[in-house]
Amino acid sequence: MSHSDHEHEHSELGEMDLRVRALESVLTQKGYIDPAALDALIDTYQTRVGPRNGARVVARAWVDTGFRDWLRHDASAAIASLGYSGRQGEHIHAVENTPARHNLVVCTLCSCYPWPVLGLPPTWYKSAPYRSRAVKDPRGVLAEFGVNLPEHTEIQVWDSTAELRYLVIPQRPAGSEGLDEEALAALVTRDSMIGTGLALAPAGNPP
Amino acid sequence: MSYLSHADLGGQSDHGPVTLEPEGELFHAPWEPRALALTLAMGATGAWNIDMSRAARETLPNYGELGYYEIWIAALQRLLQERGLLQPDELAAARALHPATALPRVLAAVDVAKVLAAGAPTQRPTTTPAGFAVGQPVRTRSVPVPHHSRLPGYVRGKRGVIEHSHGMHVFADANAQGLGEQPQWLYTVVFDGEELWGDAAPIGLKVSVDAWEPYIEAA
Repeated sequence: MSHSDHEHEHSELGEMDLRVRALESVLTQKGYIDPAALDALIDTYQTRVGPRNGARVVARAWVDTGFRDWLRHDASAAIASLGYSGRQGEHIHAVENTPARHNLVVCTLCSCYPWPVLGLPPTWYKSAPYRSRAVKDPRGVLAEFGVNLPEHTEIQVWDSTAELRYLVIPQRPAGSEGLDEEALAALVTRDSMIGTGLALAPAGNPP
Repeated sequence: MSYLSHADLGGQSDHGPVTLEPEGELFHAPWEPRALALTLAMGATGAWNIDMSRAARETLPNYGELGYYEIWIAALQRLLQERGLLQPDELAAARALHPATALPRVLAAVDVAKVLAAGAPTQRPTTTPAGFAVGQPVRTRSVPVPHHSRLPGYVRGKRGVIEHSHGMHVFADANAQGLGEQPQWLYTVVFDGEELWGDAAPIGLKVSVDAWEPYIEAA
């Protein structure tokens, strides 16, 4: 990146900063927004609603077959039973990875993502490279995440085009038999619940 | 009337590789969280619905050149200005210069948790029988429509199979145009990779979309 590009980037950041501040001031003065509500919204997604929620759902599904069946048939209700529900996750569908089938979630049209269980989507999920190629070359995309699936594994890509949100239940890693739910949840990464990653191997076990 | 979405990216090439990002890295500039919150708070006022909001973003002429939250802010300004809730001179002055318009609601800080937890479910009571059954072969509509729609270009005119039936949901096409919810049956339709991409399809690929009934016909 050249020196002038840097300057360009900085002036753009400054411009957006001013524009958003101006917008917030005007909307506040008009009584359309409560600035304290903005703080509460940001705090929610920075500290309370994120992928650790989804990880707890997955860990529960790994240890509790009743919960797993519930998740298969009515994921929204099963997930709500753990306290996770609401905006951008009103209707959730859980899809389970198996040795025969790997699931991958995308929103080619925008950035639909199951907020109550995964929080805000990562930048790549919202960006053109992922959105354009996930439906056509998922193995190429997965390789960029360092994931190489066996050749015989089928891949199903779920393009979230309506208000259904998809949560991938990754395969439980080998060697995790003795772990409790909390330790299992720590193996569940955000990417493994989108399908661009696998659950982590427990310490001392090869992936 | 023509309608051009710049957001229908499925199947395009030349966008380069994915840029990875660690879990927990949510924002990349101090204004981004404010942009997120402003958009959510204004969305909660009921001045427009989520489908209008998506349409405003996806038809921004410079969509492809903007970052994600830049798109959100540009669309927010557009939605506000189209409704007379904001005038360009106010943004330039960074203060209100014109009278406010009454909004259906204002999101108060104390209600944030409750409003987020409630969300905005789109399923509606069933009023008509489902036109299609799970397992049934279908074909998607082949012609583009001159308004907001959620059938990606890469599945247009393709044969697939109904994999799930989800009941009746608010129809995005109608809702985005301000024509009311007009609930329609919603299905997950799954396509073989070969149907979408021909010989270029990887072996063992299936792709599904969620399609409202008007998007599909029996095949």
